[in-house]
Amino acid sequence: MGHGQLNPGRLTDSQRIADALVWNRREFLRKAAGVGAGSALLGFSPLRAMALPAGQKAIVVTFGGGARDEETFAPDGQENIPQMMKSLLPQATYFGRVENHGILGHYVATASLATGVYETFDNFAAVPPANPTVFEYFRKGLKRPAADTWVVAPSNGFNRIGESGHGRYGEGHGAGVILPKRLLKAAMSSGDHSQYAHLLRDNYEDPFYTPELAGNEVELRQLDEILRLSMAEFTRHALTLSSPDELSVYIARQLMKQVAPSLLWITLHDIDIAHSGAYSLYVEGIRRSDRLCAELWQAVQSNPEYSGKTTMFILPDFGRDSDFTVGGNGFQHHRTGDALSRTTWMTVLGPHVRQGTFVERPVSSLDLVPTLGALLGFQTPLANGKPLVEAI
Amino acid sequence: MRPDELTSSSFATYPPEARVFATSNLTVFQQMPLPLVVILLREVIGYDWRFPAERTTLDDQYTWLRSLSAEDRERAVNGFAHLSITPQLTAQNWVEHPQQASENLSAYLWSSHQMDAFHQAAGDFAGSMQKAAPEKSPDIPRLCVIVFGRGVRAQDYPLFRKLRPHGVYFPDVEAAPDMQPILDTLATRAAAHPEPYQHWFIDGEAGDTTARKDHRVAEVSWSETTSLRAAILARMQQVIHSAQGGPEQLRTLLATTTPADVGLAFGKDEVLSRFKLTLLTEGSGTQIFSTTFAQWAAREALRRAQPSTLVVRFGARQRQLPMDELVAGVSNAVADPAGSLVDADMGAFYTWINQQRLSGAAQAKFIAWSQEHNQAIVLGAGLPRGTTAAGTMTLHQLLAL
Repeated sequence: MGHGQLNPGRLTDSQRIADALVWNRREFLRKAAGVGAGSALLGFSPLRAMALPAGQKAIVVTFGGGARDEETFAPDGQENIPQMMKSLLPQATYFGRVENHGILGHYVATASLATGVYETFDNFAAVPPANPTVFEYFRKGLKRPAADTWVVAPSNGFNRIGESGHGRYGEGHGAGVILPKRLLKAAMSSGDHSQYAHLLRDNYEDPFYTPELAGNEVELRQLDEILRLSMAEFTRHALTLSSPDELSVYIARQLMKQVAPSLLWITLHDIDIAHSGAYSLYVEGIRRSDRLCAELWQAVQSNPEYSGKTTMFILPDFGRDSDFTVGGNGFQHHRTGDALSRTTWMTVLGPHVRQGTFVERPVSSLDLVPTLGALLGFQTPLANGKPLVEAI
Repeated sequence: MRPDELTSSSFATYPPEARVFATSNLTVFQQMPLPLVVILLREVIGYDWRFPAERTTLDDQYTWLRSLSAEDRERAVNGFAHLSITPQLTAQNWVEHPQQASENLSAYLWSSHQMDAFHQAAGDFAGSMQKAAPEKSPDIPRLCVIVFGRGVRAQDYPLFRKLRPHGVYFPDVEAAPDMQPILDTLATRAAAHPEPYQHWFIDGEAGDTTARKDHRVAEVSWSETTSLRAAILARMQQVIHSAQGGPEQLRTLLATTTPADVGLAFGKDEVLSRFKLTLLTEGSGTQIFSTTFAQWAAREALRRAQPSTLVVRFGARQRQLPMDELVAGVSNAVADPAGSLVDADMGAFYTWINQQRLSGAAQAKFIAWSQEHNQAIVLGAGLPRGTTAAGTMTLHQLLAL
């Protein structure tokens, strides 16, 4: 505890950090992406008073493994997110201050994003969220079949995220979950795996933490019946990919092509290599995520099932520790609960979204579920948070 | 057990010096809220293997705590007293296993949304303590030298970007065959001020097993920990392949790893040997990447030993592999020179931040030098910030600034 003298910056006031952070983002966006400064001052009203017409779709992309301002929207970080800056932000409404006051562990935080409630279960336990997920609200509210909502998740630990343990929702009412690495393992159940090792790596903090799921039948059926991929085709294409997140996006695009779900949730996770302490690999993960988000948006535009009727939400689940927080080790972890680790951003793209708009007011990461509900026209009765009027 | 139920016999299992220390401060512990006692005991239980600077800090802390009136004490620990904890946390054996208890406490504080309040309480407590017992300035201005060693290189990478606003950038340093001038400076300072653990060399370069054998310099190297890392990775693999343990179990296993578990011989310096073990059991990624090892070792040396002189050399780390192969120690021969440079550059920045946390920060000097790129940066008292030097400098000249 005697390790508290810090001259550089003396950034200790959480509120001040959060304020500075959002200011930096606004200034940077205004300069680099042509987002008008005045847009932050505009009052917002919902662009459409009524629920969206039938056929609207939503895609949510989360980064499990937060990315800090330093490596993204701060001036020195811009080189890491060229697609976001040049291609996506000019078309987007950007929320510069999304606050997460829950547990900063990736599974529990992603589950909280999906339920709209701060979940409190053990981050490393293979349990379903306690509160109904957005997938259950969606299916129940709009009477949609199971095939209309999917989750593409990074590792075994996320296999329960598709539906909650809630008595009035739960089993059989949620989303199908595809675990691409699991899929790949199933597809190559025999033979030489060495060519695919780079696609099967888990993030540093949860190597193999959940038991292997039993059997390969589910995955092989997903390949065949859902994705319409032969094992040979899948494994051949996988060889052209360079990371687990690339594999996830490939699967997501295949889902969009074959099933065209109305609500698709993709969790990227390459960034979380930061836990190994290798800054270069962390930045590499950010650059990859930036490129993959742009590719996904391009896939939306080029797919008639999605083009012109899809809203895409991109957000990290939370941030990472500040360089200056005593007790942390900067980018490596998200253990201190400081302002930087709790404050992140969200980019929303879509046909009904105001373009080049910056939203300065603080919003909650719990607002995502009610926003999706308002956008697609279903109720989210047990979710906390409020619909973001700027995004619907 | 509640803190007010503690007796001298509660500390019977503690190592000798820790037992004496805890017993002599029994009344302090009895009067503290449980969350604070757990954190305090986590530090005290390792008293036998603390560096002198840590012992001084602990001694000062408890002198201050003992001196407080009941009213002042209550004010100082007020934030901790307001944290709600469960009967399960109270019932656990937090006296004998404070490390495990603090992990459980941490998990509970997160799940009950009390972590912010805990951080606030800890900050207030530390602030009060520092105000009452300010840290002493070092005998000589602190010096930290970071070396980006051979094989740590990349094309078109702007070195020292985060450090440049704070010091003088030297884009043209005369090529030097090795870092001998830096090691000579280290030896000179150690000879002049031979207090134990005040002069350190942390070497992240693989393959250099040259023993420098200066007993006045505490040395930690990636190469010398090879067998220790292998033993720890083997333990990690046991958890992983059991398919029953997650990161928490893994962390607990590592945190409770004893020297005997990994066949660690203490040699002549048990304090330093245990420090090396904690680098690998408490650090994340230190077992796998030499750059992470060097950065974390520097952080921990600064935090714990508060040295006057610290020299850190970053070497080329192995390239990224699938995590199971990294943990299994498969193929660590292929290096990633460019990634290592980026890692080292960030490691230098973090080392400077950590040096600045120590007393005497205003007088401290910091140098980072790239052996491959012949560039350097120097930060310190009397040196301008955010400037670029013209002309060529030698390593000797940089050290003399």
